[in-house]
Amino acid sequence: MSVETFPDEEPRHGSGGSVHNAKSRLKVFFEARPPTVLLALAWIGLMLIVVAFAPLLAPYDYLAISLSDRLAPPVFLDGGWVHPLGTDELGRDVLSRLLMSIRISIVIAFLSTLIAATLGVSLGFFAAYFRGRAEQVILMMIDAQAAMPFMIIALAVLAFFGNSLVLFTVLMGFYGWERIARIARGLALSANEQGYATAVRDLGASPWRIYGRHILPNIASTLIVSMTLNFPEVILLESGLSFLGLGVQPPLSSLGNMVGYGRDYIQSAPWIMLAPSLVIVLTTLAISIIGDWLRDLFDPTLR
Amino acid sequence: MLAYVLNRMGRALVTIVIIVSLAFVILRLSGDPAITILGPEAPPQAVEAFRKAWGLDQPIWVQYLKYFSAVFQGDLGNSMRDGRSALAVVWERVPLTLAITVPALLINILIGLPAGVLAALLRNTAFDRLIMTVSVIGFTVPSFVMGLTLALVFAVSFRLLPSGGSGTIAHAVLPVVTMGIIGAAVIARFTRSAMLEVLGQPYIRTASAKGAAWSRVIMRHALANAAIPTMTIIGFMVGSLVAGAVVVESVFSWPGVGRLLVTAVANRDLAVVQVILLFIGFTMVTANLAVDLLYGWVDPRLRTKADRAGT
Amino acid sequence: MALLRVRELKRHYDVRLPGGLMGRRAKLKAVDGISFDVEKGKTLGLVGESGCGKSTTAKLVLGLIPANAGSITFDGKPVTASHDAAWRAMRRRMQMIYQDPLGALDRRLPIADQIGEPLVIHEPGLAASYRRERVAELMAAVGLRRDQAGSYPHELSGGQRQRVIIARALALSPDFLVCDEPVSALDVSIQAQVLNLLEDLRAKNGFASLFISHDLKVVRQMSNRVAVMYLGLIVEEGPPEAIFHDPMHPYTRALVSAIPTPARRGRRERIVLQGDPPNPVDKPAGCPFHPRCPSAMDICRTTPPKLIGHGPRRVACHLHDDAPETRLIAAE
Repeated sequence: MSVETFPDEEPRHGSGGSVHNAKSRLKVFFEARPPTVLLALAWIGLMLIVVAFAPLLAPYDYLAISLSDRLAPPVFLDGGWVHPLGTDELGRDVLSRLLMSIRISIVIAFLSTLIAATLGVSLGFFAAYFRGRAEQVILMMIDAQAAMPFMIIALAVLAFFGNSLVLFTVLMGFYGWERIARIARGLALSANEQGYATAVRDLGASPWRIYGRHILPNIASTLIVSMTLNFPEVILLESGLSFLGLGVQPPLSSLGNMVGYGRDYIQSAPWIMLAPSLVIVLTTLAISIIGDWLRDLFDPTLR
Repeated sequence: MLAYVLNRMGRALVTIVIIVSLAFVILRLSGDPAITILGPEAPPQAVEAFRKAWGLDQPIWVQYLKYFSAVFQGDLGNSMRDGRSALAVVWERVPLTLAITVPALLINILIGLPAGVLAALLRNTAFDRLIMTVSVIGFTVPSFVMGLTLALVFAVSFRLLPSGGSGTIAHAVLPVVTMGIIGAAVIARFTRSAMLEVLGQPYIRTASAKGAAWSRVIMRHALANAAIPTMTIIGFMVGSLVAGAVVVESVFSWPGVGRLLVTAVANRDLAVVQVILLFIGFTMVTANLAVDLLYGWVDPRLRTKADRAGT
Repeated sequence: MALLRVRELKRHYDVRLPGGLMGRRAKLKAVDGISFDVEKGKTLGLVGESGCGKSTTAKLVLGLIPANAGSITFDGKPVTASHDAAWRAMRRRMQMIYQDPLGALDRRLPIADQIGEPLVIHEPGLAASYRRERVAELMAAVGLRRDQAGSYPHELSGGQRQRVIIARALALSPDFLVCDEPVSALDVSIQAQVLNLLEDLRAKNGFASLFISHDLKVVRQMSNRVAVMYLGLIVEEGPPEAIFHDPMHPYTRALVSAIPTPARRGRRERIVLQGDPPNPVDKPAGCPFHPRCPSAMDICRTTPPKLIGHGPRRVACHLHDDAPETRLIAAE
C-alpha cells in the first residue's frame, strides 16, 4: 500500500558501529525514516505528552462554565489569546476541553486495543493448540464477528445493557480481536511446523511455556504491527459512537463527543467541532502511517 | 459446484441461527423479556398475556424454540414508543435507507474501481500519487467529520444544498456524496494493490513478452484476475455502508433505519433494536452469500479448495 | 532386560494421490511392523535411504507421534504419545538431537537460557546460581566457550549450534538419546568433531542411543548394532562387523558396495541398484525390495520374507530362508 513512502536506504556506513559518532547516527536515523513518518512520530509524541500532562497543560478547568464568554471565536477568527481556540455554547474553553478529550479518547483506544490483542492472541493460540472442534468453534466465531458490522453490534449491546465508561471500553475491546486471533492462530500453527516449538515440547515443556515463552516472543513484532493498525480504527469507532451521543457520556468528554455537541453550532461557531475533527483525522493518519512503516520494516508479508 | 453452493448456503443458515440465538441470549441476559419488550409501564394484564403468549413459564429450551418460530413468523414485539409492531416501524424506514445507500454503493464502485485500476497502471506517476493521497481520507476521516465538513461548505457557506432533513432529491445529495467519497477511497486503494499484485505475476509478463498487445493483456488477464480479490472488498463495503448509514443519517437528519437505530438505542426501545439487529444480520449474510457464490463462479480454484476443506 | 523394546511397530499415513479433484486415497506405510531392542548404554544404528521410515521410527520411539499398532516399552513402562504430564516427565530420561540445529533453537533466546531450559522445566526448584553453574559445565563438556553463553543461535556456526543442542539434550543426564541424522546438515570437516564429541560423552555418561543416518560410515563408527531399513521394514540387523564385512541381504550388499573405500576397490564390484527408487505409497507385494533386487526369485514377488536369526544377526530374505523346501523352489 504505502511501500513507496519508504525509499531505499542508503548503504549504512561503518556497519560495525565502531566509528559511529553521534552525528552520523543521527543521519542514519533520518535516512531510515521518510519525512512523513517523522511528522507522524512527532504528532504521536505530542499526543502522548497531552495524554500524560493534560490537566497541567490546560489553561482552564475543562468543565468551568463562563456564560459571559459564550461562543468566543478563536485566535485565527479574530478572537483573543484569552481563549486560543475559542469557547463553546456554555463559555467553556475549547482548548482545555480538547486536551482532556484527547486524553480520554487515546486512553480508551489504547486499553481497548490491549483487550482486543489479549483476547485475540489467547483465542488464536487456543485454536492452534487444541485444533479439532475447539478450533472450528473459534473460527466460526471469527467468521460471525467479521460478518457483522461492529458498529451495529456495539449499538445493540449499549441498548440492552446501558452505558458506563468501563462497559464501553470493554466493548471497544471486542473490536478487531478476530483479525488478531486469525493472525495469532496462523503464526502459532507455522511456529509449530518449525523446529523450535516442537523441540521445546520434546524437552517436556508445558503448553504455557511453549506458547508464552517461545512462540509469543517470536511472533510479537507481527502482533504489534497489527495492533498498531487496529488502534486508529478503534479511535474512529469510539469517536463515531460518542458523536452519536452513545459513547463517552458527559460530564466526561471525548473527541467524538465534542464534535457531536459542536454540530448544533455549525453555523454560528464551527470552531467547536473543527478542532476535535482535525485532531481525530491527524491522529488516525499518523498512527496509520507509523503502522504501515512498521509493517514494511518488520513483516512485508502482512496485509 | 453443487457441493460448493450447498456448503455456502449451509454456512449462511448457521450464521443466521447464531445471530437469532445471540439476540435471544442478550434479551434474556438483560432482564425480564416481558418488561423489556412491552416497556416498564405496560399494564400487568398485558405482561401476563405476553408471558403466556411467549411461554415464559415453560423450560428455557421450549422458550428458545418458541422464540425461533416467532422470529420466523415476523412476531417481534411492539415498539415501546408508539406501541406499533416493531417490524412495521422498521420496515417503513427501509426504503429511505436504500434510497441513499444504493446510490452511494454505485458511486463507490463507479469511481473507486476505475481510479484504482488507473493508479495501478500509471504507478508512480503524478496521477497515482494524487489518487493515493486523496484515498487516505477513506481510512482516516470519520464519516461524521466528512459529512459535517461538506455541510459546512455546501449548506452553510454557499447555501447550495439543505444541511439536513428529507423530502427532495437535494436532501439526499450530501448523505450520498459523504458515503460515496469514503467508500470510493477504500475501494480505489484496495483495487490498486490487487491490480499491482496481478501485474507482477509471471503470466502477465509472459503474456506481454509473447507480444500480446498491452491493452489486451490488461483486459483479458489482469482485470479478470484482479476482480477476484476486489469482489471481497465489495462484500465488505455493504457492511461498512450499513455502519456508515447509522452515522450519516444522524448527521443529516435523514429518517432511515440508521437514525431509527440511534434513537431506539438512546431510548432503549429494545424491540426495535432487536428487529434492526436481525434485519442487518440477514442483509449481511445475504450479501456475503452472494459474494461467495459469485466468487466460486469466477474462480474455479477456490471452489475446489473449499470442497476439499469440507467445512 | 533391554532398556527400549519395540515390537511390531506400525505407522501409516492417509494420503491423497495427485490427480484431479478426487485424488485416489492411499496409505503411506512409513513404518510397517518393525521390532528391535536397545540395550542399556548401547547404540543401535539405523541406516537406509531417505523415505525408508528412519525418522518416523525416531519420532515413534520417543512418543512424539502416535503409532497405529505395536508396542514401545522404555525401562518396563509403555511409551505413549499422549503429551500429558506423565509423558512430559518421561522427557527427563529420553531426549532427541535434531538434524537441523538452527531450526530446533529459539532465535530470540541466548543459548545459555536454552541449554538451561530442561532444568527450568523439570527441576523448577533449582536455585538460579546452581543452574548457571550447571549450564557452564554443560557448555564446557560440549566444547563451547564460556563467553558464548550470551550468544544467539544465528551468531554461531553450524557445528556450535549442534553442540548447543547436545548440551541441552544432556542437561538432565538422560538414559536414552535419539540422534536423528545429527551431522548430515554439517560440513564434512565438522562432522568428525561432533561425532567424536558424541562418542566421548557416551563413554562418560553411559547413555543408550538410537543413531539414525543414511551414511553407513557414520553408523559404523557410532553403533554397537546396526539395523538396515527398506520401505518401513528392517531387512537385516546385527553387529556392525558382520553387517559391513559380510552383508547377507542383497540390499545391504548394494549399500555396502557403494561406500567409497579405496582399499576395497579391487575386491568388490560396486552393485548398482536397478529400477525405480522406492515409493512407500505404492509398495510392491511380496518382498518390498524385489523390483530392484539382482537375485529376485519367483517367491519374492508373492511372499514377504520373515526376519530370521542367523547367529548374531537377523535377515529378511528368501535367499537365506532356512526351510529346505523354499530352497528347492528357489533352485528351479
